[in-house]
This record gives sequence, C-alpha cells and structure tokens, in this order.
Amino acid sequence: MRGVRHGLQAASRRGSLAVKELTQPTLMIDGKTVLIEGERNLLELVRKAEIDLPTFCYHSELSVYGACRLCLVQVDGRGIMGACSTPPEPGLKISTTTPEIREIRRIAVELLLANHDQQCPTCARSANCQLQMLAQRLGIRKVRFKAVHAPVPIDDSSPSLIRDPNKCVLCGDCVRMCSEIQGIGAIDFAHRGHDVCVTPAFNKLLGDVECVNCGQCASVCPTGALTPKPEVDEVWALLADPTQTVVVQIAPAVRVGLGECFGLKPGEITTGQIAAALRRLGFDQVYDTSFAADLTVIEEGTEFLKRKTEGGKLPMFTSCCPGWVKYAEQYFPELLPNLSTCRSPQAMFGSLIKAMAPEQLKVERKNVKVVAIMPCTAKKFEARRPELGVDGDPDVDHVLTTQELAHMIQSAGLIFNSLETESFDMPFGFYTGAGVIFGNSGGVMEAVLRFAGEKLKGSKLDRIDFQEVRGESGLREASVTVNGTELKLAIVHGLRNARVVAEQVRAGKCDYDVIEVMACPGGCIGGAGQPVTTNRNARALRTKGLYEADKMQQLHKSQDNVVVTECYTKFLGDIGGEKAHHLLHTTFQSRHRILDEVLPLMQAHGSRKTKVSVCLGTNCYLKGSQEVLNTLLYHVQATGLENQIDVRAAFCMEECECGPNAIVNGEHVHQCVAANVIEILENSIESEDKREK
Amino acid sequence: MSINDGLIQLNEPSKPHDGQTAMRRVILCAGTGCMANGAMKVFERFRKEIDRVGLNVVLELRPEAGDRDVRLSKSGCQGFCQMGPLVTVIPDGILYTKVRAEDVTEIVEHTLVTGDVVDRLLYKDPATRRHCRGLEDNPFYARQDRRVLRDCGFLDPEDIHEFILHGGYSAAKKAYLEMSPEEICKQISESGLRGRGGGGFPTGRKWEAARMQKPGKKYVICNGDEGDPGAFMNRSVMEGNPHSVIEGLMIAARAIGADQTLVYVRAEYPLAVERMKRAVIDAEREGILGSNVFGTGLSLKCDVMEGAGAFVCGEETAMIASIEGRRGMPTPKPPFPAQSGLWGKPTIINNVETLAHVSRIINEGPQAFRSIGTPESPGTKTFALTGHVANTGLVEVPFGTKLRDIVLEISGGVTDDAGKPMKNGFKAVQIGGPSGGCLTEDHLDLPLSYDSLRAVGAMVGSGGLVVLNQRTCMVSIARFFMEFTQRESCGKCVLCREGTKQLLALLDDVIEGRADAGTLDLLEKLGRAVQVGSLCGLGKTAPNPVLSTLRYFRKEYEEHIFEKRCRTGRCKALLKPEINEERCKGCGLCIKSCPTGAITGDKKKPHHIDPDLCIKCGACATACKLQAVEGV
Amino acid sequence: MATAHVAVDRAGKFRKVCCILERYDYRPSGLIPILQAVQHEYQYLPEEVLTFVATSLDLPPARVFGVATFYAHFALEQKGKHVIRICDGTACHVKQSLPILSAIHEMLGTSEKQRTTVDALFTVETVACLGACGLAPVLVIDEQVYGSMTPERATALVDDIKMQENTGDSQAAGATVNGEAHVN
Repeated sequence: MRGVRHGLQAASRRGSLAVKELTQPTLMIDGKTVLIEGERNLLELVRKAEIDLPTFCYHSELSVYGACRLCLVQVDGRGIMGACSTPPEPGLKISTTTPEIREIRRIAVELLLANHDQQCPTCARSANCQLQMLAQRLGIRKVRFKAVHAPVPIDDSSPSLIRDPNKCVLCGDCVRMCSEIQGIGAIDFAHRGHDVCVTPAFNKLLGDVECVNCGQCASVCPTGALTPKPEVDEVWALLADPTQTVVVQIAPAVRVGLGECFGLKPGEITTGQIAAALRRLGFDQVYDTSFAADLTVIEEGTEFLKRKTEGGKLPMFTSCCPGWVKYAEQYFPELLPNLSTCRSPQAMFGSLIKAMAPEQLKVERKNVKVVAIMPCTAKKFEARRPELGVDGDPDVDHVLTTQELAHMIQSAGLIFNSLETESFDMPFGFYTGAGVIFGNSGGVMEAVLRFAGEKLKGSKLDRIDFQEVRGESGLREASVTVNGTELKLAIVHGLRNARVVAEQVRAGKCDYDVIEVMACPGGCIGGAGQPVTTNRNARALRTKGLYEADKMQQLHKSQDNVVVTECYTKFLGDIGGEKAHHLLHTTFQSRHRILDEVLPLMQAHGSRKTKVSVCLGTNCYLKGSQEVLNTLLYHVQATGLENQIDVRAAFCMEECECGPNAIVNGEHVHQCVAANVIEILENSIESEDKREK
Repeated sequence: MSINDGLIQLNEPSKPHDGQTAMRRVILCAGTGCMANGAMKVFERFRKEIDRVGLNVVLELRPEAGDRDVRLSKSGCQGFCQMGPLVTVIPDGILYTKVRAEDVTEIVEHTLVTGDVVDRLLYKDPATRRHCRGLEDNPFYARQDRRVLRDCGFLDPEDIHEFILHGGYSAAKKAYLEMSPEEICKQISESGLRGRGGGGFPTGRKWEAARMQKPGKKYVICNGDEGDPGAFMNRSVMEGNPHSVIEGLMIAARAIGADQTLVYVRAEYPLAVERMKRAVIDAEREGILGSNVFGTGLSLKCDVMEGAGAFVCGEETAMIASIEGRRGMPTPKPPFPAQSGLWGKPTIINNVETLAHVSRIINEGPQAFRSIGTPESPGTKTFALTGHVANTGLVEVPFGTKLRDIVLEISGGVTDDAGKPMKNGFKAVQIGGPSGGCLTEDHLDLPLSYDSLRAVGAMVGSGGLVVLNQRTCMVSIARFFMEFTQRESCGKCVLCREGTKQLLALLDDVIEGRADAGTLDLLEKLGRAVQVGSLCGLGKTAPNPVLSTLRYFRKEYEEHIFEKRCRTGRCKALLKPEINEERCKGCGLCIKSCPTGAITGDKKKPHHIDPDLCIKCGACATACKLQAVEGV
Repeated sequence: MATAHVAVDRAGKFRKVCCILERYDYRPSGLIPILQAVQHEYQYLPEEVLTFVATSLDLPPARVFGVATFYAHFALEQKGKHVIRICDGTACHVKQSLPILSAIHEMLGTSEKQRTTVDALFTVETVACLGACGLAPVLVIDEQVYGSMTPERATALVDDIKMQENTGDSQAAGATVNGEAHVN
C-alpha cells in the first residue's frame, strides 16, 4: 500500500496523473492534485501541499473558530469560504490565491492594524509577531483605514504574565486554550461588536482570578497581547551588584529549547553552550536543576513507598508543577492531602543552596541570590509563594524563562552558536539522566520508577528505561510490576485531563498509585517560557532531545547521584527526616472561592468581628434556615451589634442531613434554631470582650 | 369539546363555521399597535354596551348560537395599523377604524341593533374620497392575498378550540397519520416553498437534508427573532395565530423525525411570548403535543425561549449558540445545522412565516401553493409597509406582484414628512431592512421575487419595505442602517467587526463633508470584502444598503463629497445657514436664539452668521418670523 | 450600614436565585433564561450573584460574564432611582454644560467611573443632544427637561429631590423648578 501511495504522490508531483485513474480520493489545490488522507479540513490539505496559508485563529489542537477570515480559499462552483472549517471532499477545485482573495486578506490585516497599538519596535513580540509578519508578507505599506484604537491599560497584576489588550487581535486562541485544553476558562470574550475584548470576569485583573499562571495562553497568542512577565532587568542589577553571589540553575527543558532562539533545531542539546553563556553573563555559580530533580526523586520516591507500605493517602499526585498545584488548590482542595508534600526541583534547589551557602559558598544567606532559568511562567508565581522562603527572603529570587535568557545573551552580544561548551559548576551541577528527563511528560514518573522500582526489588533492576510511561497522549495509563507489586500509574498533561483524573479520584473510582500531572501540553518542554515557534513538531523534537540527553549521561538513576547522597549524609540527615522535611517539603492551601459563594448581608466595620454564615441551600431552607437567618438579622440590629457581627448567607455547606446549618466563627452548628445561634454569638462576643480586658 | 369533535366535523379546512349559525360577531384587533392605542378599553366598553342593549355577550366559542347572541372576541394584528383600533363586525362585513371607547355606544345601537353603518368610523379612501364598508372595497386590503395573515385578523389567538374548528391541526394530523416523512418532504419540495426569513432557501431541501441524517435526536426551531427594525410580520403571526406556528413545527418535526421543537422569540415581543407559551400549554392540554401525538406513540415537545436582545441571534448558528447558553456568535458553515446543529444534532431552523405556510400546503397539496406567485418564488409573502406612505401596516401579496402595486397603490400613495400626499414624491424603497438594498423608480414594474431582486442588487429579506420620499438623503439612510448593523455585530470576525466600523466612519466622512474621491473607492472595496469574506449573514449583508445606494444614487454621494452639498438638506454638517439679506429686518430674534453667538448684526440692519461658530442647530431659522434664514 | 430589613430582603432574593437555579435543574445551557429570571428579581445582575450562578452551574465566571455582557438586555449596573442626564451635545457643550456636570458630581460624590450614588438614589449620565438646543444647557431628570441650567440651579434641583426623598414625599420630588427654565 505504501508503495502505491508513494507512486501516486510522485505521479501527482509530475502532474501527469489523470484523476479518473486514482482509487484514492483527491482534490485539486492551485492546479495540483492532492490526496485526501484523513485531513480534517481544507487548511490541513493546503498545508500538506506546502502552501503556507496564513491564519490567526486556527490552531490544530483547538476547536475551529473561523474569525480571522485569512484562510479564505475559492472553491469552484461554491464560492469563497474559510479553509479551516470546510471539510475535504473529493473532486473539489480550490484556489488559494485569487486577486479577490488577496484583496480580502490585505483588507483584513489592514483592519486589524487600524485597531492595534502599532508601537512595534518596543513590543515584546516584535521579532516574531504574526501580525507584523503577515503585514510584511502581504506587502502592506499603508493602512487605508482610520485608527480606531482607544488605549486600554495594561494588566501586569500577575507575577507570570503581562496582558496587553492593545495588542489583541481577538483571535480567541487564548480563550480556547484556557477553556478547552486547561479546562479553566479564566479569560473569555466579553461585550459585543467593536467593544469585544478578552478579559477575566468582571474586568478583574489576571492576578486576582483563577488563572494558574501556566501561560499557555501566551504560547498560542500570535501577537504581544499575552507575554511572560520579564525579570531580566532585576537580574542584570543583581549581576552588577558586587556584594551578591548570584547562583543560577537551569531546568532540563531549557537545554533542548534555547537553541531555537539562535536558529538551531528544536531538541538540539545546548547544555554546554548555556553554561558558557551564563558564566559570560556574570553568574557566579552555574548549576543544574536536574541535580535537584534527582533530590526530588529520592524524597518523593521515598514518600510514595512509605504511603504504599503503610497505608498512606493514595493515589499520590506529583507536585512539581506549580500550575497544577494552584489548580488543585482551587478546584480540588479535598485532594490536597494526596499531593506529594515535596517541593519542586526549583524550590528544593533554592532552599538547599541558601541553607548550605554559608558552608558551601562561604557566603551569608542574605548575600546569595538564586536565579532559575525555566521553560515555565508558573514558576515565577511559585517562587513568590510565601512558604518557599525563610523570614521573608525567598529561596528563589528570580525566575527567567528560556526566552528571557535568550534576550540576555543577545543583549550581551554573545554569539551563542560559537560559544565553546563548558560544564556546570560542582557540586550542584552534577546530575543523572533521571533528573534530566523531568522536563518530559512521563519523565518524572519514569525517574521515580527507576528509584522506587529498585527499592521495591531490593536490588538493581534489569532495565533503566520505562517506555510504558512515555508517550504523547494527554491522558495515559501504565502498569509496572516489580517483585510482585503492581504499580498502577497515570500520566497526564493539560489540566482538563487532570480534571478528569482528579474527579475520578475524588469519587473514589480509580486505584492509581501515582499520578503525574503537568499543566503544559507535552510537559515542561512545552512550557510557555519556551521559544515561540510555529513548528508543529517542536514539542516532539524537544521531548526526543531530553531522552537523548538522558542517554548521554553516565548515570541514569537518582539514587546513584553521589552528590545527592553526600548532601544527605553531610547535611540533610535522613531521607524524609526532620531537616529534609523542613527544607525540602512544603504545604498547600485551599484557594476554593468560598468567599464568592457567600452573600454578605451585614458587614461589621469594627476591628473584632464575629462571622456567622447561615446556609440557604434547599435542604436547610426546607428545614427553616431562612427564618433562622431573618431572626438573627433583626436581633443583631435590635441589639445594636451591627458593627461586631458579619452575617452572611451561604449556599450549601454540604452537611444536608444535619441542617439547618450555620457556621459561627468557624464552628459548625447543626440543626440550629435562631436561639442557638444567638446564644453562641453572644458567648463568643463575651469571651472576646473578656480577652480584650 | 375535544379535538376529535372539531376535526371530524370538518368538511373543508378553511371554511369558517360561524357562517352556519349566523351568530353576530364583533372582532377587536388586539395586535400590539391597537393594544397600545387602547383596544382593551374599547373591548370592555363593548361588553357593557352589548349587555346594556339587552343582547347576550358571548365570549367563548359556541357551536350554536341564538338570535340575541353576539360573540365578542379579540384577534391578532389585522394589519391596517395606521387606522387602529380596528373593529370588524360579521357577518355584516364592516370594518370600523380608529374606534374610541366613546364610539362604542353608537356602533352597538346602530350596527348591532339596527343593522346600519356608522359612516364616520369607516375608512375613507383618500383617492376616491369614498367610505369603504369592509375589506373588499378597501384598497389597502383589496389588492392583498392574505393567506398567512388571513386568520390573524379573525381568530381569537387564545382559543385553541376556535383554531381547531376552523381546520387547525388537521394538516398535522394528516402528516402524522397518513403521510411518511419522505412524502412530507417531497410535497414541501414540490411546492417550491422558500424560507421566508430572508435566505430564501428551498424549505423542502433543508428538511430533506435533515431527514436523511441517521435517526436519533433531532430538533426543529422556529426563528421568531425578527430583529429588522420596522419589521413586525412574524410578531403578528405569533401574536395573532400562534397555533399555526405550532402546527407548522409539528409537520416539520414529523418530516425529519424530531421529537423536540423550540420557538425562539425575541424578548421585545412580550405579547408574542405570552401567546406562544399559552398556545403550547393549550395544545398540551388537548393532547396535541405530548407523548402520544395523534395516537402514534410518537412524542413531541415544544419549548418557548426568549431572546435577550441580540439581532445576530436571528442567524441560525448564533441562535443555536444562544439556546446552548453561550454568547450568540455564529459558527462556520459547513457543518450546516441540518447535519450538525443544536447540541451537534441535526436541526432545522425555519422562519415563523415559512412554518405558517406549511399546513396549507399539506392540506391543499403543492400545486395549489404553486398556483400563485412566480415559478421560482411561489406563494405569498408578508411585507411590513412603512415610511413615507399614507397606509402603513402589514400586507401580504403573491410573489410576482409589481413593486408599484404595493408602494403606490396599497400604500395609499407617498406622503411628505407631515403625512400629506406628495405628488411625485417617490424616491426609493428600502427593501429587506438593514440587510437589504434599495429600489428606485426604474424598478417600480419589477415583479417581486427572490431572484428578480437579487438580480438588481436587492433582496426580499424578511420583508421590510420602507418607502422614502424625495426629501430623503440616501446617504443618511445608508448610514442609518450601517449604524444598526455595526451596533449589532457580534464582534467575532475581523471583517464585520472592524469593517462595519470603518464603513460607518467612511459614511460619516461623506455626511460631514470630510470625504474625497478615495472615500468612494474605499467604500466599494471594503464593502465588497465584507460582503464576500464575513463569517455570517449579518456581516455578508451589512454593506448592502451602502453598495445598493451607491449603485443607484451615486450622484448623491458625489454631491456630498465633491460639492459638499446635501440636496435634501438633511445632512446638517453640510448645511450652510445664511441670512437672506433682503428678507432680514434686523430684529435680533435670531441673535437671541443662537447658542454659540454666531450671529451678529446691528438693529434694523441685516444680520450675519459666522460659519466658524455656527453649529447648524437651526434655532435661528425657527426663531425667525420672516423665513430669512436659508440653507437650514 | 444595612438595616436588617434590607438584609432580610437580600437574603430573600438570594434564596430566590437558588430557586431559579433549581427550576432549571442547574443546567449550564439554561444560563440565559436563568440570567433573565435573576435580572427580573434584582432589576440588574449584581456581580456576586453572577459569580454565585457561575459556581452553581460549574461554569467559569469569565464565561458567565461574557454571556451577560453580550446581550443588550442584561444590565450589570444598577441605576439610581432618579436618572440625571446632562446634555453634552455641541450647543450645550459650548454653553458650559461641563461645569454643571462637575457640580453635580461633586455634590453627589459620583464620577465618570462611578455614576450611581452609594445610596442608589441618583445616576448621573451624559447624553449627546436632546434636540433642545435653544434652551442650552439642558438637563433631564426622570424624563423631565430643564433648560438654561447653571451649576447653582442644577444643584438646587437635585437638592430638592433629595429633600423630597428624605421626607418620603416621592411624588413631589422634582416638581419644584425655576419657572421659565422648565420645559416639558
């Protein structure tokens, strides 16, 4: 069959094949015969025919939107239609460029430019903005239309992303990415007609809503409307400060992506050049996050085995992805005990370095600064988590994305491709292949398996690689049996997929042991900090690159990392012991929007407030909670206590059997009547008064 | 009275029964217009007066009636909206117009008791100056062929029994019991019925496409989101004969194999919403809708949903999005709703008027439908006739009727702004609302049909006809419609969202004297791009008013642009108010009235307007008692 | 400071929202009729109610906001009991309508961004040309047109209404006017 197909393709290239003789369906594009091989729409066929039809809003992984009108093609006998939304049909005759279509495309781009902030030179995306590229490609030298752009303020409330609506072309890719792939929907279209904009709910700021900072919206944005928030200037300042010892760690995924900024192919490993560049830039110590990844494997693997053998909380979710962690805190707070308490490699690194700095680097903690180069925007949020620091001094001071590192290299004038390779500094530049594969979806799982498997077997495993957990699909299952123990595993990327699994766990419907979750498609190698690319194969190539980097290492199992072992013996003590726990583990917090599910009825303005919530869900309502609430409200007013009591109505405290329910200062009151609540309230106020005295 | 009784007694579907019993009947038009004009007050007054003179007021439907019975009922919109409140008396066949509560006594005593006619309440034909007793001699009605609207002015829209008595639901019964879905689609196809919502797509073909999808969940949606400003045909049918809509839905559901239907009514039609909802409840109560339609074991549900104020939701895919609880933004076609529509299931969406034709086609056969109209546009079409004419209102004529017959004859002639007849006043008629184009004097003998209009750059659209007199600035009209479509654009696709805004800006340039030759060129290029490339029908038709007025009234555009002059004087920015020095007596009234102090002049000397300060508000012209201010 | 009466009212409305949601079986597809029913209850769509509806239907708040802002019938801001419209068309503008606007803003504590007073008594808007240019500057309060306004006259008018409201005599509110400046 393949031979026939090759023959057909070759023949069609010669242009000599009569359509009648084919047994496979074809159509014609610009005079060439093209085979239909399961493509979903005409656009995919046109691209297969090596014609780069421009689009804004089409993305192969998202639903078809059809708004930019750039991919219009002419279909003989049918008219002009969008190629992205028209299914292929044998026998169609398609023209991708006619004078009319060309004019429409130009007008569409000119219209966009007329409503766009045209300060391109200072825009973060000026090197790779699709709008700019299109304007060039279509030969637009003048915008014939009036500027109708009214400036709107930039939203830089998020630690990870900058949202600039002035540069938005309303392609909707970010909306669909956040909704369809991540299952969150923190931003959406609002208003209508010319007032349409992409915004969080109620025009709130991005940092104030349920955005988890994964930045995938920015990675699909064709213009500079959504970009990672830069910290380059702050890092330059640190590097220039002679009193500071600046330590840098590089994440695994960076080394297979950075090259793309300098014309190299995705997946090309540039570790050595990166180390060289970082030294040139002035970093005092150049280390590798993969080292800390090895450390994470030891801690997390041990944690898992403990839960497995002692009946602890299973399944265990990985917690190195900060996007996933925030997602879980917001939507599945009841599953937080299932998350591994281990910090991420970035966080472990920062914590360890700063703790060991006086001894290792002969520098006080306050003069050590840790910079992390990450493929990720959520890491910027993670670094700012208050629990990941000591007395207000963060363990990781700044996070730079792969792109930001490229900018620094460029602004220093370094010719990246000519740099001689160098190695990392020791000891924290020493890592195994297990640490390096952390950047791939399935990589964390495999690294942990290499450790846990050996522990379960009690001796060396026959194999190092665990192909079962590798793959491209966003929701994968695998089963690995070691020494009679079966380990049921799930590997997930994309948060919508995470939701599927989390809901199963919440409902008690699955029996996984470990679940790896990465928010970004393909894992960290697909992070929003990675170079912007239109190469649809980039992710696959970067993934391949990391597995190759693994192969290039001497050691492949975290337990073989002697530096890690030494850290334990000389500094940390026992694996999972008190010091390790203190430095390398963390806690999570529920970010469930409880506040928004409560209706404030009376708000006290005094400094001491007693809070009362009465449930008005159906069950409690039927049992008389409305009367309780009303009586309470009148009572509060009658006794003049409005300034001391916050009264709210809540919806469903999920304790329906013992309703009516109320919560007074955090204490749940069941089967309450107004008298109960009032009594508890008065006691509470009394004891407050007493305490004050 | 059960549905079976009503249907079994029927011989011919369209023969009214009341004729048999000779019951006197007074019908009040209760369409929105007449209601706003106090129709209910008139109704109540009739009740009292009929009772007072010793006759029996009968409010509900009765198969038999005595001599002293007078049935008093309300109907839907009778169409003659300028002349409401309307009262019809049968079997006398009298139509009284502009009836006030104070007139009721006279009608009751003279017409109901004595059988005389109250002349002063009859419509007076301005052409012949004669009183018109009833519909036959009334030029407004005489030239119409009211089929969809026939029962609107007659039946009580809130009485399902009356509907059934007059043959209602007999077609639905036939469809369910005597025909196969294939046969139904075939008959509708043969009839040549085309979608009356504007697209003009062959209805039978749409139904057949949905029927051919594999069996499973399918939907039928009635599009009652009549958003064209000035169009109220669908409203009248939903208010006046809601059961005809339900019957059409039933037949459509049977044709494609659907068990779920939905009527989407714009929220601006609260009466229509109420009547449709009530009609559904009544039909359910009678067992017509429900889980065992006509005993077939098939089930059929009907829901009524209100729109929330978005013109774009009249577009099929946008309506589907709205029903699914999302922003009403259209989606690319293909896939077409017949293949994948509501919730991804095969869905057909038909306009109210289209559905209202269906039962008659089923009962009388496709050839009867084809017997009027034109071969490619058979049947009748309702039009909302508005603008500078004497008789505005709802008319229904066969396709093929000449434009002249409607806009010059049925309309009672063109008038000026004050409503007085204007000789040679006809300038143009805008047909199809904000999606349509204009037709000129040259087109007056054009037989109206889908194809004939398309050939001249216009379209039937939903049927809005706005007659424009010579004092209308065609550029302003284009701008008016462009502002509407721009405001209603959903904002999804670049060409419509940005294009309509720019088209509007260009039109503003023309109207305000800022345009040049490039403006015209750009208007055409941009208009064409938006027409061809937009995602949905709203965008594709938004440039029609501009392109059409450019085609037929290019001279006016050129005057605005090159001479900075608006020949009708409507474009204020191009006005050049000047004081006629010969007429001006220097009284100073204009100076006092000017808000910007643009007028100067000594007492008893001619005054002068400074064009730089003048904001063309016209206050001076109003204040001047000597008509000395010109150009305003 | 909300009185218990107002709070009870709010709790009752909140309860009604729960009823509306139940009536539609918490179906996300019923979002539009749900919002219509909620607006019928509140006269507009308060932010916290919208968020509550979103959570109850398991929809992102941004999506509910997107739907609420798409359709013209949905109002997200409550208007005050009395709507004051100051004409800022060319004629009025030239005759100093803006100082009148400022004076009213200052008196009521409103602004361009915050158009309704905290006690929900007044909403202040600007409109473009009411077509009464001969009487510029013009302002309209609750459909009643007042011409030849000055900042002092305007604030006096608003003061009158305030007093009527306080004494509960809402029928007389807005009736006192400077004779010759009052146009119907």
